Amino acid sequence: MALFDKLVLYLQYPFVRYALIVGVLIALCSSLLGVTLVLKRFSFIGDGLSHVAFGAMAIAAVLNLTNDMVLILPITVISAVLLLRTGQNAKIKGDAAIAMISVGALAFGYLVMNVFSTSSNLSGDVCSTLFGSTSILTLSPGEVALCAILSVIVIIIFILFYNKIFAVTFDENFAKATGTKANAYNLLIAIIIAVIIVLAMNLVGSLLISALLIFPALSAMRLFKSFKSVTIFSALLSVLCALSGIIISILAGTPVGSTIVAVDVVAFAICHGAGIIRGGMSK
Amino acid sequence: MAYITVSDLSLGYDAHSILEGLNFTVKAGDYLCIVGENGSGKTTLMKTLLHLQEPLGGQILIGDGLKTNEIGYLPQQTLVQKDFPASVREIVLSGCQGRCGFRPFYSKEEKQLAEENMSRMGISHLANRCYRELSGGQQQRVLLARALCATRKVLLLDEPVSGLDPRVTIEMYELIKDLNKDGITIIMISHDIAAAVRYASHILHISTKIFFGTKDEYLKSDIGKFFLMQQEGGDGIVR
Ligand SMILES: Nc1ncnc2c1ncn2[C@@H]1O[C@H](COP(=O)(O)OP(=O)(O)O)[C@@H](O)[C@H]1O
Ligand SMILES: [Mg+2]
Repeated sequence: MALFDKLVLYLQYPFVRYALIVGVLIALCSSLLGVTLVLKRFSFIGDGLSHVAFGAMAIAAVLNLTNDMVLILPITVISAVLLLRTGQNAKIKGDAAIAMISVGALAFGYLVMNVFSTSSNLSGDVCSTLFGSTSILTLSPGEVALCAILSVIVIIIFILFYNKIFAVTFDENFAKATGTKANAYNLLIAIIIAVIIVLAMNLVGSLLISALLIFPALSAMRLFKSFKSVTIFSALLSVLCALSGIIISILAGTPVGSTIVAVDVVAFAICHGAGIIRGGMSK
Repeated sequence: MAYITVSDLSLGYDAHSILEGLNFTVKAGDYLCIVGENGSGKTTLMKTLLHLQEPLGGQILIGDGLKTNEIGYLPQQTLVQKDFPASVREIVLSGCQGRCGFRPFYSKEEKQLAEENMSRMGISHLANRCYRELSGGQQQRVLLARALCATRKVLLLDEPVSGLDPRVTIEMYELIKDLNKDGITIIMISHDIAAAVRYASHILHISTKIFFGTKDEYLKSDIGKFFLMQQEGGDGIVR
């Protein structure tokens, strides 16, 4: 009961409520494109982009921008478009380009922070950009509004383009041959992924983003067999994990990002086990 | 005017040509079989016909009321990853995507069309099953149903029977024959010359020399006689 009282007490603070709202929205968004990420080479792009976003965040921190998303969002989106281009060009190995860009951004970001930062707690700053330790609880109302708006836009676009995303993910050549503008939709997918990554950075930090994007889809794929059921289940699971992660982190005083990801990992283990048991029974 | 007129086409990758001087026509109702050794460029030809890659030279003219995106297509190996979670119905319905344009959701007619094509391919009972758990022959039927959602006119099939056992292979050939009888133009890639001669109306043979003509012309031609002789030892299907 003491825990519950503590929770109720915390919920009276607006920043905790903001954290929960934003957390749920971001978790929902980030799970949506999980299957596409897992099954297309976009997973590399996702990983690379999170490092680019880190570099951008370092620059934003140094420039002392009040709203760093203004800088991070365009840089990440542009990188997404560029990475997709190089990925489609057979001559430059797409994966190598992505590795170069992402490691470069990581090094550059840390360098910039180290050289120019005026902060007294540099390693704390770096740590929180990488692992998102407290940022979810320090969001200003403006940032909360921006997060919420972006999340809702991502969700609406996903619903409107759901069938096209399925067609392009399942069989790009067939989609192209029969008149679907697959390249345009690939671009759209890359841009959505970039936006999601920037959003998710607020929640779990740049190193843990891939986990937030991919674990719910992987868990759902253990249990469900149609695209729609996988998508719906992974969205629900992601929201559930984020909610419980945030609450646990508040009550236990653990870092938000890694707690959410830990919950995601546990959920994956449970789904994996359940999948094996079910597979065993049907044989 | 034919559906597809190919004149002096050359194909290849990055300016490296693998086939040159290709000429043939496909008219409504034809059953064209493209035969040739592995690696002779059949799949490349099909990708070029589908505008998935640019020809290095020559022309592909589309006519007789056919639009470029009215060509349904059965890929050689499904590039679909082993793990893809998708039900049969979802996949068949995705064949209608080309007609949607910017419309986000499928219409009633399109859903109806998907159901019709599933029953036409005899896979209605599998509609809610997971694609990756089906047998090879069932998977091919699913992809055929999807292709039929994309077209009523022309189907391009790239080695539709590879990897199927003999009984299922014959079923597949018969299914394709029936589609052709129903008025769908078929362009099928195969390296089974015996089956090509049995089912096709026209043959395009790609090897060091290129042959294009009707089946009867092929049977009388030197190249046709030569390859049929070779195969006869193997399976002796040819009369
Ligand atoms: N993506 C590619 N890039 C470069 N060369 C290719 C590519 N795909 C196929 N080839 C080459 O083109 C030739 C024809 O291949 P393909 O059209 O697949 O033959 P087929 O379908 O008749 O077996 C082969 O020699 C193959 O090595
Ligand atoms: Mg081939």
